[in-house]
Amino acid sequence: MLETKEFELNMGPQHPSTHGVLRLVLHLDGETVLDVDTVMGYLHRGTEKLCETRNYYQNVPFTDRTDYLAAPYNNLGYVETVEKLGGYQVSERALYARMAIVELSRIASHLFWLATHALDIGAQTMLFWCTREREVILDFFEAALGDRLTTSAFKPGGLRRDLPEGWVEAVLEFCGTFPARVEEYETLLNANRIWMERTVGIGVISGEDAIALGLSGPMLRGSGVDHDLRKALPYGGYDTVDFDVPVYPDCDSYSRYLVRMEEMRQSTRIVQQALAKMPEGKITGKAPKMIKIAEGVEAYHVVESPRGELGYYMIGGGKDIPYKCKIRAPSFCNLQAVGPMSKGLLIADVVTVIGTIDIVLGDVDR
Amino acid sequence: MTDFLIINVVIPLVQIGVLLGILGLATGYIVLAERKVLAFIQSRLGPMRVGPHGLLQPIADSLKLILKEDLIPGSADKLLYIASPIVVVAAAFTTLALIPFGEGITLFGYHIPGVIADVNVGILLILGISGLTTYGIILGGWSSNSKYPLLGAMRAAAQMVSYEIALTFAVLAGLMMAGTLSMVGIVEAQLDMGVWFIFVQPVAWGIFTIAMVAETNRAPFDMAEAESELVGGFFTEYSGMRWALFFLGEYTAMLVMAAINVTLFWGGWLRPFPNVEALAFLDAVPSGIWFLLKVTTFLYLYIWIRGTFPRYRYDQLMALNWKSLIPLSILNLLVTGVVMLLLA
Repeated sequence: MLETKEFELNMGPQHPSTHGVLRLVLHLDGETVLDVDTVMGYLHRGTEKLCETRNYYQNVPFTDRTDYLAAPYNNLGYVETVEKLGGYQVSERALYARMAIVELSRIASHLFWLATHALDIGAQTMLFWCTREREVILDFFEAALGDRLTTSAFKPGGLRRDLPEGWVEAVLEFCGTFPARVEEYETLLNANRIWMERTVGIGVISGEDAIALGLSGPMLRGSGVDHDLRKALPYGGYDTVDFDVPVYPDCDSYSRYLVRMEEMRQSTRIVQQALAKMPEGKITGKAPKMIKIAEGVEAYHVVESPRGELGYYMIGGGKDIPYKCKIRAPSFCNLQAVGPMSKGLLIADVVTVIGTIDIVLGDVDR
Repeated sequence: MTDFLIINVVIPLVQIGVLLGILGLATGYIVLAERKVLAFIQSRLGPMRVGPHGLLQPIADSLKLILKEDLIPGSADKLLYIASPIVVVAAAFTTLALIPFGEGITLFGYHIPGVIADVNVGILLILGISGLTTYGIILGGWSSNSKYPLLGAMRAAAQMVSYEIALTFAVLAGLMMAGTLSMVGIVEAQLDMGVWFIFVQPVAWGIFTIAMVAETNRAPFDMAEAESELVGGFFTEYSGMRWALFFLGEYTAMLVMAAINVTLFWGGWLRPFPNVEALAFLDAVPSGIWFLLKVTTFLYLYIWIRGTFPRYRYDQLMALNWKSLIPLSILNLLVTGVVMLLLA
């Protein structure tokens, strides 16, 4: 008998498919994965600690840099938490403008997820098709918020400035054409034999396990658990718009793919409704110029970011800076599933698994 | 004596020179064509900077590759590391000598055949020599002394050996129709029968085309280099001109496989419906042009496939081969034999 031994392969931190600086140590038997050690922290910038040294307005740009693919959603989570702490009211116009912007960011984030996930599986063309549409959304962000990626979109109480002229019409026009584009992606992938073979039954995690691991977002809904914070704990006016929460029960990468594709369509619907409901009026809000939260006043607020449950836990510090700002990052919790999901699969599937979890390392490490 | 020298030495040397000269350029332009076609599939423009519409890009690329520092990893097995890209390229180039590019032309009273060497076991020799490519790839992966290339090489070895079986069985079906192993003979057999073999052997053609893509390690069967998993696979550690040699080998192999496909199933240099007199005006187009047109179509097919499909997983690829293609090709061979026996 020849001696056989476990093969240890270091995947990352510089690897095209780890979506940033994530390191996976794969324990392999041939190409079969026996175990995965996840090593993270390469992108740790101490965001939470930094938040304790700046005032409530200055903290918004930090939140851009956590989940940088859906920066407006992070801004929303933070800003709504501050509003909860201070009890500030948001004007109706700001509420719906925010809803439209964050849902656009959900579409942009899902588009980029699809682009990279498909690229990892080898469907190169999706990268360019998806970025084509994402580019349009980023242009909207640039026009309305002044920046494409790190938007710093909102401030406590509303938006920084009003939406530019013609913006609403342009977005509505995009929403009119976008569902046809989603269909285009689906014709390329949905019934594609190779795509099915690469995603069906790969990265299986049952609903119970998903809940036990604290997974959220599409990870949960792809495992048959109907849980969406926009419905379960409505915030930011989501109870006034009509949309469906797609849930697929197959627990694999393919059903998570279906969930995200459907979410893009639903988000388009939400954007259309939000813009239709948006009244004229003041958008900048009523929060004071210097926010001071009394010592010990605390609030936890969760929003459904494209990646899942994004929570901010903040404690007032008496002065104009928070005493504590803890971020419950969806990517961080979802990343736990890499190990359980990839055991027994092949190296190529680990790539699929990382892709299907849709991690953003800025969000994981903060 | 002069005649003997000219026919046996000068003409082949000129042919080789012309072929290598064209090929060096052609490979560069296949890469450019690939980038352009992929770009149009992906709604972008592709290379546009060097020359009009990026037409000089291949030249800039090769200059850059030649001028790059020649890096050999410290832990690599130097001899094998240097030898393996050469093996790949040599194998790919040698096969080119056996491909008939046309009927040939008569110049200064001498007939110059469209093929450098019309060997009577032509197609076997091509398959045999191109099989050597596998050695280059395995040795390249092994001698790099690194984990990703090793995995890539392992995959490549398994994949190419397996697909060669299906490929050869598909070729056999065509050979049974032609009754000869000579590449020129195969084309002439199609002329005699008055029909391209694709119309009598569609199954064999399908199998051959799938196996051909796999054999050349192209998407969706590019396991060996799977960029998103193995970061380049067997040539992860290679750079500069050595890396370019692997690349050159891959693209030449694509060209050769496309040429075999055309020769075996699409009538080689023959015009469409070679025996229909009404279409005789098509003869105005030189045979070499017909051949190149057909080969180009297949090269386009390679690129089209790459732009459309995701990548297979290693085990699925093997399953496709062993569970579908090989049984099907054997069955096809059996049916062909029985039908030929009944008709004879």
